[in-house]
Amino acid sequence: MKTPVSWIREYVDLPADVTTEQLAARLTALGLKLEAIEKPGDQITGPLVVGRVLTMEPEPQKNGKTINWCTVDVADANGTGEPQGIVCGAHNFAPGDLVVVVLPGAVLPGDFHIAARKTYGHVSAGMICSAAELGLGEDHDGIIVLPADAASPGDDAFAVLGLTEEVIEFEINPDRAYALSLRGIAREASLAYAVPFHDPAERQVPEPDADGYPVIIDDPSGCPVFAARRVTGFDPTAPTPGWMARRIQLAGMRPISLGVDVTNYVMLELGQPIHGYDGDKLDGAIYVRRATEGEQLTTLDGARRTLSVEDLVIVDGSGPVGLAGVMGGATTELSETTTHVVIEAAHWDAVSMFRTGKRHKLSSEAGKRNERGVDPQLPAIAADRVAELLTTYGGGTVEPGATLVGIAPTPPTIEIDADLPARITGMPIEAATTVAHLEAVGCVVEATGDRLTVTPATWRPDVTDPYDLVEEVARVVGYDQVPSILPREAAGRGLTREQRLRRRVGRLLAGAGCVEVVSFPFVGEATFDALGLPADDPLRHTVRIANPISSEEPSYTTTLLPGLLKAASRNLGRGASGVALFETGTVAFPADRGAAPIYGVDWRPTDDELAKLFEAIPHQPLFLALVLAGESERAGWWGSGRESGWADAIGLVRRLAAELGVQLDVRSAARAPWHPGRCARFEVDGVELGHAGELHPSVCKAFGLPVRSAAVEVDLDFLMRRAVDVVPGPELSTYPLAKEDVALVVDATATVADVEDALRHGAGELLESIRLFDVYTGDQIGAGKKSLAFALRFRATDRTLTEQETSAARDAAVTAAAERCGAVQR
Amino acid sequence: MSGPNSDYDPVEVSTLQPEEVAAARDAALAAIAGATDLEQLKQARIEHTGDRSPLALANREIGALPPQARKEAGQRIGQARGAVSQALAARQEVLEAEREERMLVEETVDVTLPADRFPTGARHPITTGSELIADIFVAMGWEVAEGPVIEAEWLNFDALNLGPDHPARTMQDTFWTAPAEDHVVLRTHTSPVQARTMLSRQPPIYVVCPGRVFRTDEYDATHSPMFHQVEGLAVDEGITMGHLKGTLDHFATSMFGEGITTRFRPSFFPFTEPSAEVDLVCFVCRGTGLNGAGPESCRTCRGEGWIEWGGCGVVNPRVLAACGIDSERYSGFAFGMGIDRTLMFRHGLEDLRALFEGDIRFTTAFGTEL
Ligand SMILES: [Zn+2]
Repeated sequence: MKTPVSWIREYVDLPADVTTEQLAARLTALGLKLEAIEKPGDQITGPLVVGRVLTMEPEPQKNGKTINWCTVDVADANGTGEPQGIVCGAHNFAPGDLVVVVLPGAVLPGDFHIAARKTYGHVSAGMICSAAELGLGEDHDGIIVLPADAASPGDDAFAVLGLTEEVIEFEINPDRAYALSLRGIAREASLAYAVPFHDPAERQVPEPDADGYPVIIDDPSGCPVFAARRVTGFDPTAPTPGWMARRIQLAGMRPISLGVDVTNYVMLELGQPIHGYDGDKLDGAIYVRRATEGEQLTTLDGARRTLSVEDLVIVDGSGPVGLAGVMGGATTELSETTTHVVIEAAHWDAVSMFRTGKRHKLSSEAGKRNERGVDPQLPAIAADRVAELLTTYGGGTVEPGATLVGIAPTPPTIEIDADLPARITGMPIEAATTVAHLEAVGCVVEATGDRLTVTPATWRPDVTDPYDLVEEVARVVGYDQVPSILPREAAGRGLTREQRLRRRVGRLLAGAGCVEVVSFPFVGEATFDALGLPADDPLRHTVRIANPISSEEPSYTTTLLPGLLKAASRNLGRGASGVALFETGTVAFPADRGAAPIYGVDWRPTDDELAKLFEAIPHQPLFLALVLAGESERAGWWGSGRESGWADAIGLVRRLAAELGVQLDVRSAARAPWHPGRCARFEVDGVELGHAGELHPSVCKAFGLPVRSAAVEVDLDFLMRRAVDVVPGPELSTYPLAKEDVALVVDATATVADVEDALRHGAGELLESIRLFDVYTGDQIGAGKKSLAFALRFRATDRTLTEQETSAARDAAVTAAAERCGAVQR
Repeated sequence: MSGPNSDYDPVEVSTLQPEEVAAARDAALAAIAGATDLEQLKQARIEHTGDRSPLALANREIGALPPQARKEAGQRIGQARGAVSQALAARQEVLEAEREERMLVEETVDVTLPADRFPTGARHPITTGSELIADIFVAMGWEVAEGPVIEAEWLNFDALNLGPDHPARTMQDTFWTAPAEDHVVLRTHTSPVQARTMLSRQPPIYVVCPGRVFRTDEYDATHSPMFHQVEGLAVDEGITMGHLKGTLDHFATSMFGEGITTRFRPSFFPFTEPSAEVDLVCFVCRGTGLNGAGPESCRTCRGEGWIEWGGCGVVNPRVLAACGIDSERYSGFAFGMGIDRTLMFRHGLEDLRALFEGDIRFTTAFGTEL
């Protein structure tokens, strides 16, 4: 809401020395948020004066244009008193007109320095100005011609043009609809400075009677009040007075014609949206009703709209002539031939206005006010004010008869304890202060002991609850008076186990050289294709977004890999020689349980109801993913570098599991997007945790990564759930260690995990640890075979092992490996 | 060698003469002193203390002397041998120290060689920033609450006093899951976590909720369809706006340093009543704005001395009611601010998008903790 300061001052006795900045700051402290301060004249330095055109010689030019060589009387403003010679390209004036002249030495908006210069064979000493050149809004054809009695030659044009005007733009919160008017903002200014307020809505209006324009309300809940007045004999060609046009412009709207301008002016002044009809085009009485489904209406903006049964419409004998409270219809709009004006000022149900605006994607100045709530006492006052202004500036007469249908809704009464504002704000607010401040914002307050019965002002439909009154009192006292006190010490239990584990996982990975990434979770079919997922892959069953940012990525992701793969590729593209990226984030799998219920809000839903609500929400586990691409160890003076690969990816998951004390089973698997021969599947107690390994070459290619790039994706929630909670203290034996190495020849397809399992099983409880230390393939053992060398360490907790015991345990281990895996000792 | 010979004249055994012993001792000491390395010293040791050295031979002759002469000769030889072995030990120590010193010099390396064999990892500043914030509140005895990102519409809006026709719903353009009639949204704030907390337990409640949120904003230098918020909720007996102010001042000071406090401006949020915008003393110019508005002014706050930080207020009793908390007995406060935005001005970031690009140069600059 843009508000010219002079307009505010018209209704408030503000001290003369209050600056625009001070006023804006005080109003911001009351809850009107300062958006900007505009000073249109700030970008102009004089001399800018009024001049009278004395002579005007049209001179056609070779380029086809005609310029005017003018002499202009600027009195003594040029220091000589001689007429000023100026070349002017505009033609919308004549000798004798008063114009605005900028003289050499002045600077216009855009840092445009004015100097005398030679042009078209003359020395042009200055410029006759257009509104655009002075930064006064849009370009009109030609220069500014002032009304004949506006000023005298040589006068300073700043004041004449309103360039001294200062405008404060406020962002109005949705609850403060009353501040979408000068009336509301001026009222706040009077509150800010505790000075008298002169309410522009305070006017005597004629008693409603039966002689007014006939209006029938079919839906009093949608339209509680409808006022109408009539003006006949109106001159549609009468100009809008300059002051009114300027204020409309300063307020950010566009002057159009007197009829329209007056309705907009009164809306800005009072906050009441008004609609003017061409009375000669209206067909009989006005009806207000809900539209019938599919009914059609062409609105003022030329759009043909299909209405819904929820829309309120204004109807005459011909059918719908307006989308009530939002936008008028095209057939009855005010035009340059309108002499008979029917003025509508009505109070509308805010919710209905909001829905209609939303349904038709219509945002208008009227709709903005109507959907936030307007003072229901205004319609008759506003209609009368419009009639007055129309006849004052456009002639004609206000017809007798004033229509006022319906009853203005009355504000609710609210009961509060007198100390509620003090109790809620923590400020020492006395009951008397509470009463005084509530009255200052327009409430009627009745005190009974410690209880207050409060009736809010009619222009404050937002004030309905006790805490609304607390806010009113608090803002008048001043939010800067709120004390700063820490609440009592809460008895929290610190981070949850899961929160601590998550930090631990992040630190472990960062310590291992991985860099965390945060990416958008949106994904599309093309990405799943690039990952090589089969058509029926469960990861393709996604939660869809109804209104995605990009139609290419219409789903919430089921895998974190796409974001990481893209980030890896971006890093390599920017010159990184290698990356190890990780992300922890939630993915989503559809619940497929139907719609989530919408409950009331007056009390808590039952536990069963809440359970239904939670069930309908997609399953959103926390996943962890890693992508390793390119160099993982640099070459240097210590030797050569190393590219990361499948073993690093699997190794990181093993380290993670070890860190969390989780017993991890690693098995080979074939699953997209991994290389079918280089993919590990992880299990914990037989439940799948995730996968890791080398990426399929086609996936590397699709994402622009080097072949052999590797990736991990695991269900971190699941891993953390299995993390060991309380670590049992280890018992350490100090008896001597017995070491036994065994080399076993197995089929090349056998896995180390299986052989190790067999050895462990066979060795029994004397086995302290087992570790693979070599893998050999080659001539000595033959094709299709490999040799695995394990170091076995035996130790007892209660004695020194004898050689016989140790070798018996080793032999048992080897036997088990032979039985289970066909292993032969070398 | 011969056995004792009572007739033997000791004076005639020349090697045992004092002059001879002294000469042998002096020769040994000279050889030891002249040894310049451990090898030469070893030679001197063999020559002058070995089995065939003069002093060793002389020593052997002592037994042949008559008993009355043995003591004196023994003393003489013993002293000479003692002096030699002492000199040997001392010289050994000196030469070993010299050798060690030389070795250390020879083993000198260039310690400026790089140690960048393994790349450095890092955690994302949004993660570590969220943890920093969480830790400030945990230190006050608060708990960290979390909830799903894809959320029931009722929890994201209705329960928070944003009814289906509430004007505030137009302020937040929401991602809906398909079909929209399923009433499931990508949460537009972390407030549903507050609702979940209140639905699941009774006061006292002191929770802070950091997390990821979504709005259908264009993606540019200061807006993103996905960003991060931290919200706080306290519900207890006797909670006031003063406690809200105290908590936010403490939060601001913990995050930005002494003297960085907050101010409130009246505002509107359906979730709270009274509501306020929170501004933070600009921690760059410390509230001075430097030279006010103009080209010289502080870039972080544009010369205003204050930075818009977030929104807050007293929890609307309607919200307490919807969540099953007795609003006559309890009151509460809530606040919320953007984590990404907070990081942007704390670390002087110009472009929000840097947070979501995954460029390792950006992230590694922040290390593993903020
Ligand atoms: Zn600053």
